[in-house]
Amino acid sequence: MKKNILFFLLIIIMMYGSVSMAADPVADPSGVNTGTAADVVGATAGAPTADDMAAMSQAEPLAGKLADVIGHNRIAINFVWVMICGFLVMFMQAGFSLAETGFTRAKNAGHTMAMNFMIYAIGMLGYWICGFAIQMGGVGGVASFGGGTVLNSEFVINLFGYDFGLFGTKGFFLSGGTYDVAVYAIFLFQMVFMDTTATIPTGSMAERWTFKSFVVYGFFITMLVYPLYANWVWGGGWLSQLGKNFGLGHGHVDFAGSSVVHMTGGFAALAGAMVLGPRLGKFRSDGRPNAIPGHHIPMALTGCFILAFGWFGFNAGSTLAGGDLRLAVVATNTMLASAAGAFAAMIYMWNVYGKPDISMIANGFLAGLVAITAPCAFVNSISAVIIGAVAGILLCISVFFVERVMKVDDPVGAFSVHGVNGAWGVLALGLFADGTYGEGFNGIAGTVKGLFFGDSTQFFAQVIGTVTNIIFVFVIMYVFFKVLDKFVPLRVPAEMELEGLDQFEVGVIAYPEFHLNKTHR
Amino acid sequence: MKMILGVIKPFKVDDVKDALTSININGMTISEVKGFGRQKGHKEIYRGTEYQTDFVPKVEIKIAVADDQADEVIQTIINAAKTGKIGDGKIFILPIEDVIRIRTGEKGEAAI
Repeated sequence: MKKNILFFLLIIIMMYGSVSMAADPVADPSGVNTGTAADVVGATAGAPTADDMAAMSQAEPLAGKLADVIGHNRIAINFVWVMICGFLVMFMQAGFSLAETGFTRAKNAGHTMAMNFMIYAIGMLGYWICGFAIQMGGVGGVASFGGGTVLNSEFVINLFGYDFGLFGTKGFFLSGGTYDVAVYAIFLFQMVFMDTTATIPTGSMAERWTFKSFVVYGFFITMLVYPLYANWVWGGGWLSQLGKNFGLGHGHVDFAGSSVVHMTGGFAALAGAMVLGPRLGKFRSDGRPNAIPGHHIPMALTGCFILAFGWFGFNAGSTLAGGDLRLAVVATNTMLASAAGAFAAMIYMWNVYGKPDISMIANGFLAGLVAITAPCAFVNSISAVIIGAVAGILLCISVFFVERVMKVDDPVGAFSVHGVNGAWGVLALGLFADGTYGEGFNGIAGTVKGLFFGDSTQFFAQVIGTVTNIIFVFVIMYVFFKVLDKFVPLRVPAEMELEGLDQFEVGVIAYPEFHLNKTHR
Repeated sequence: MKMILGVIKPFKVDDVKDALTSININGMTISEVKGFGRQKGHKEIYRGTEYQTDFVPKVEIKIAVADDQADEVIQTIINAAKTGKIGDGKIFILPIEDVIRIRTGEKGEAAI
C-alpha cells in the first residue's frame, strides 16, 4: 500500500515535472569577467540606470571604463566579505567539537571528537557530489556576486497552475558548465552552513552510536535531506515562492538558517536519539532520569564561545554582500540575542533549581543565537533581545520536556537548542520583522513585515515553512535511521558502551594518561 | 619508628607540607585519593537533575618518623589541616618494622 502511494506520487511528479532552463550563460572560471559596469546599475539610490549607462558610455568612454572598475570592486568587496564569513562559519566546526565533547564523558571523548571532525570531510564530499546541485542548481545566480547565472536549472512541477520548484539539477561535482568563480563562492559558503546541520545529530546521538552507521548518515543528510529543504527556501524552490504564488508575504523567509540549518539538524537529532535509545544508565527503572555530567565544562564553554564567534559569519555573512551595510544591524542583533538567551536561561535555572547551571546557560546562549538566525536582518535590537530571552526560557523548558516527558536522551541538548529554537526563530521573524529591510526579497516588492508590524500573511508563510520542515525532516530521518539500523546497527554493544567507545570504535583513547599503560618502552 | 598516614583536604596540602618542613621533617609521600567518612559525599546538580558524589577527593600524606618525633608530627598536621568543619580528615599511626635506603643499604632510623 505504502509502496503504491509512493509509486503513484513518483508518476505524478514525472508527469507534471519539467526542468526549466534559460539560455545557457557562460561560466567564468578565471573571474576576470565577473564584476563589470553592469554591476554599478542600481547599486545605490543615486546610481545610474541601465538606460543612463547605455547613453552616457557613448559620450564618455573613460567614465564607462571607470564604471567597469567600480563594478568589479563592488563585486570584489562582496566576494571577500562572504569568503571571510565562510571561513568563520567553518571554524564553528571546532566549536561544535569542543562543546559536544565537553558535555560528554571522558571515555567517549575521542569518539565524539572524531564524529565532529569527520562530518566536515564526509559532508563536504557528499555536498560536492550532489548536495550542492540539488540545493542551488536552480537558484539562477546571486546578484551580489555579479554572476552564478549558470546555476539555472530547477526541476519544477506544475500543480493547479502553480509552479513548485523541488530541486536543482546543475552543479554536480561543481562541473557541467559551473566552473565559475561565483558558483565556487556560493559552494563554499553554502557548504559550511550545510555542515553545521550535519554535525548537530552527533551531539544528541553521542556516546552510543557506531561510527560505521554515522558515516552512512553523513552522506545521506548532506547529499539529500538538507539540500532538498534548503532548495525550497534558498534555492528558488516552492517555499520561497509562497509569496509569488499565494500572496503569503515574501514567501518563507529565513535569513541565515534557523529553519534551513538548525531545525533540519535539530529534528534529525531528535529522530536519531529516539531510534538509538537512551545511554545505559540514563533512566532508572521507574523512568526518572539520572544526571550524566560532562567531563570537561571549560572545554564545552570554550566551544560555545567559538560558536558565537563563528555566528557573526553565519548571520552577517548571509547578506552575501560586504556592500550591504545592513550587516552591522545583523551582527549586533546576533550578539544581543545570545546575551539575552544566556541571561534568561541563567535566571530560569537559578529560580527553579537554585543554581545558575553553567551547562544550561551555555545552551541558552546558543538557543538565543539559533533563534535570531532567521530574523536577524529584519528586526530591531529590542525585538532581538526579546527573541533571545524567549529562546533561553524555551530551551530550559524543552530540555526538561525531552528528558522527563518524552524520555529521550539528548546528552548535549541538541534538539532543544537547534530544533525547538530554530522553529521559534522562523516564527519570530513572522512576528517581529519591522519592515525596514528586505525590499524585493524572494521577488516580492516591499519590505518584510511581521504580524506585529502589519503583515499576518508573512507569519502564515513562516508557519508553513516550519511545519514542512518538521514533517519532512523528522519523518525522512526517522525512517532512514530505522532502515539503516537493519543493515548497519546504529548502537554499539552494551559492554563497549560501558567501557567507552574510544578504544572500540576509533581505536584511540582521548586521554591515555588516565590509563596505566606502557608508553616509554 | 612510626608511619603517620594522614588523609586531609586537598587545599591543605601546602600548609601541612610547610608546617612539617619547618619542624625538620625532610621527606614525605603524597597521593591523590578519594573516599568518604561520616560526611557521606555531597549532592550536585547537572542540567536540573541532582546526583550524589559519594567519593570526595582527598590527599593522603605518608611520613615515616622516629618514635620520639611522632607526637610532634601528629600535632603539626592537626594544627595545619584543621578547619573545624566536617571533612577535615583523619590520621592513622602504624608501626614500621624496618626502613632501608636503597642507595646505601642503611637500615633503621638512619634510613629515614
